[in-house]
Amino acid sequence: MNSRGNSPSMYTVLFGVGVIALAVVPMLGLSGYVLHLLITALLWSFIYTCWSLMGRVGLVSFGHGAFIGVGAYTVVLAWNFLGWSPWLTAGLAVLLAVALAAAVGWPCFRFGIVGHYFAIVTLALAEIVRLVIVALRDWTGGTLGITPKPLPEGASAAWTLQFSDKRVWFYAALAMWLIGLAVWRWVDRSIHRSALEAISEDEQAAASIGINVTRAKMGITVLSAGLTCLGGVLYALYQRYINPDTVSGLTVSLQVVFGVIAGGMSVLLGPTVGAVLLLAMSEGLRLALGNDVRGIDLLIYGALLVLFIMYLPRGIVGEALRRRPPPGPPAKVEVGGEGEGEGEGRRVTSHP
Amino acid sequence: MAQIFDIFFLEALLNGVLLGGLLALLSVGLNLVFGVVEVIWVCYAELIMASMYCIWWLHAEAHWPLWAAFGAGLGSGAVLGMVLHQFIIRPVLSAEPINQLLVTGGVLFFLQALATVLFGIDYRNMGIRLPSLPVGEMQFSVARLVTFIVAVAAIVATWMFLRRSFMGTAIRAISQDRGVMPLLGVDPGRVYLLTSAIGGLLVGLAACLLVLQYDVHPAIGLTFGPMIFLICVLGGLGNLLGGMAAAFLFAQFISLGGFFLQVEWGQVIAFVFFILVMFWRPQGLFARPA
Repeated sequence: MNSRGNSPSMYTVLFGVGVIALAVVPMLGLSGYVLHLLITALLWSFIYTCWSLMGRVGLVSFGHGAFIGVGAYTVVLAWNFLGWSPWLTAGLAVLLAVALAAAVGWPCFRFGIVGHYFAIVTLALAEIVRLVIVALRDWTGGTLGITPKPLPEGASAAWTLQFSDKRVWFYAALAMWLIGLAVWRWVDRSIHRSALEAISEDEQAAASIGINVTRAKMGITVLSAGLTCLGGVLYALYQRYINPDTVSGLTVSLQVVFGVIAGGMSVLLGPTVGAVLLLAMSEGLRLALGNDVRGIDLLIYGALLVLFIMYLPRGIVGEALRRRPPPGPPAKVEVGGEGEGEGEGRRVTSHP
Repeated sequence: MAQIFDIFFLEALLNGVLLGGLLALLSVGLNLVFGVVEVIWVCYAELIMASMYCIWWLHAEAHWPLWAAFGAGLGSGAVLGMVLHQFIIRPVLSAEPINQLLVTGGVLFFLQALATVLFGIDYRNMGIRLPSLPVGEMQFSVARLVTFIVAVAAIVATWMFLRRSFMGTAIRAISQDRGVMPLLGVDPGRVYLLTSAIGGLLVGLAACLLVLQYDVHPAIGLTFGPMIFLICVLGGLGNLLGGMAAAFLFAQFISLGGFFLQVEWGQVIAFVFFILVMFWRPQGLFARPA
């Protein structure tokens, strides 16, 4: 599959140039709003990429809001009530998310809960996290949400991760996003991916050739959950306001799925394209239509989502790659920096 | 002291039964459609919201008499169900199941946004306040009693339709073996559409009952939508009786959980119970034999 080996490929160079260009962006003295959009895009790109680790091998989770919520609320509550630094509690949050994912994932995989049923079980998980947050309203503020307490006198912003400078957040989000892509790529090139793909095609056949189905699925689930939780941590610290619906509601979980599907989940930059697209769509519509007609941006957004799933089920990047003339030596580059997933065009053939 | 405790406990228990009737009705529509079309309407609760807005607007803004608004609400549900099937679900019938789920998920966003555009995010109510009925030391809301009675009657009517009528028989036949029916000359497309219309009719009915108890707002679907899926899956997707049993079970968790702790904890316990049951019986408590 891999036509690598010939000096750094065009894609790698383009990608490198792209990242350097991104890294310079905050120096350009952009307005806070533009920077905010970029940070949000990078943050959600990271979360979407983490989701696609599972999604691309047939583990479609409707419950990633659970892990975002655990990450966001753990650090904020620990800071507000115990004064613990997010540096410490982020680790705790990841442990919690991993434990949660394992507790629900293991029996699911052990007892062969797949497809619809897996999606619904994960949905129940996200609802449980949301309801627990609401029910613990004495600490979490219930549906009203919560804000991390401001920095006490003389405390260091680096220790408490409360930066007022958006540029710091930009680099943090950029780093997270790159880590997410690196993990995705590592999984993509590892033997685990082949195993997981075999499982998603036919679980029993995979088991019969010696793949440990439960363990393979557990690994990817725990990885995806832990990273998503870190995304939640960063989101809470950056936004400085969280509420159960914006971090764990059904709409958040569904939005992640939509974003990834819109971008394409079997390509490295697919989830990123999806995140950027969703953000551009909602912000663009909001700016174009103004704030006076509430919800009209979401209306068009919803309609576009439906059309996307109906007519472009492989996502934008996936579709572009599929239409590229198959195999042969890489003739031409169609989608600029998105080409990282070279050779991916052929592996989406599982869709009739 | 013990006496009072028992009375309130009994009240919670009975309120749970009343809620169970409503949830059972909600589960029947979704289950019926899934049993035949094999697509979960993720936007089911949002269809109910749309019908609720329809009833509210006709009654409170257009000043239609209540019965006419309710009739229109029923009709709007059926139309919504058919439109959803014909234009959204039919084109993706051969797509992957997950895409079918997501398409209806997109409709969820769309309907929520549509409601926000048309009516804003305010809570709207019909201005009907039904009294509560004292039974001994207990209080029962008349709205809940009416809801329960109508829900049970509707379930029975649906059941009779499926058992006794020709079309009902066709629906049951398709849900049992979708491969053979076309060979026997039945047009599955028509049965799908009809089932969606009936599912929609139940949506409209649920809307009529819900406006008696709850204010309508764009996010109302999210408060009970996920619960309805879980109930249907718990009872075994497509299994009407199983769904109803699961609905009464869930209602008790919520009602008694609310009595001992808080409503949210009741729901948490119900959802945890759901996940545990899934591990034990992945096809639902009352799965149909495959």
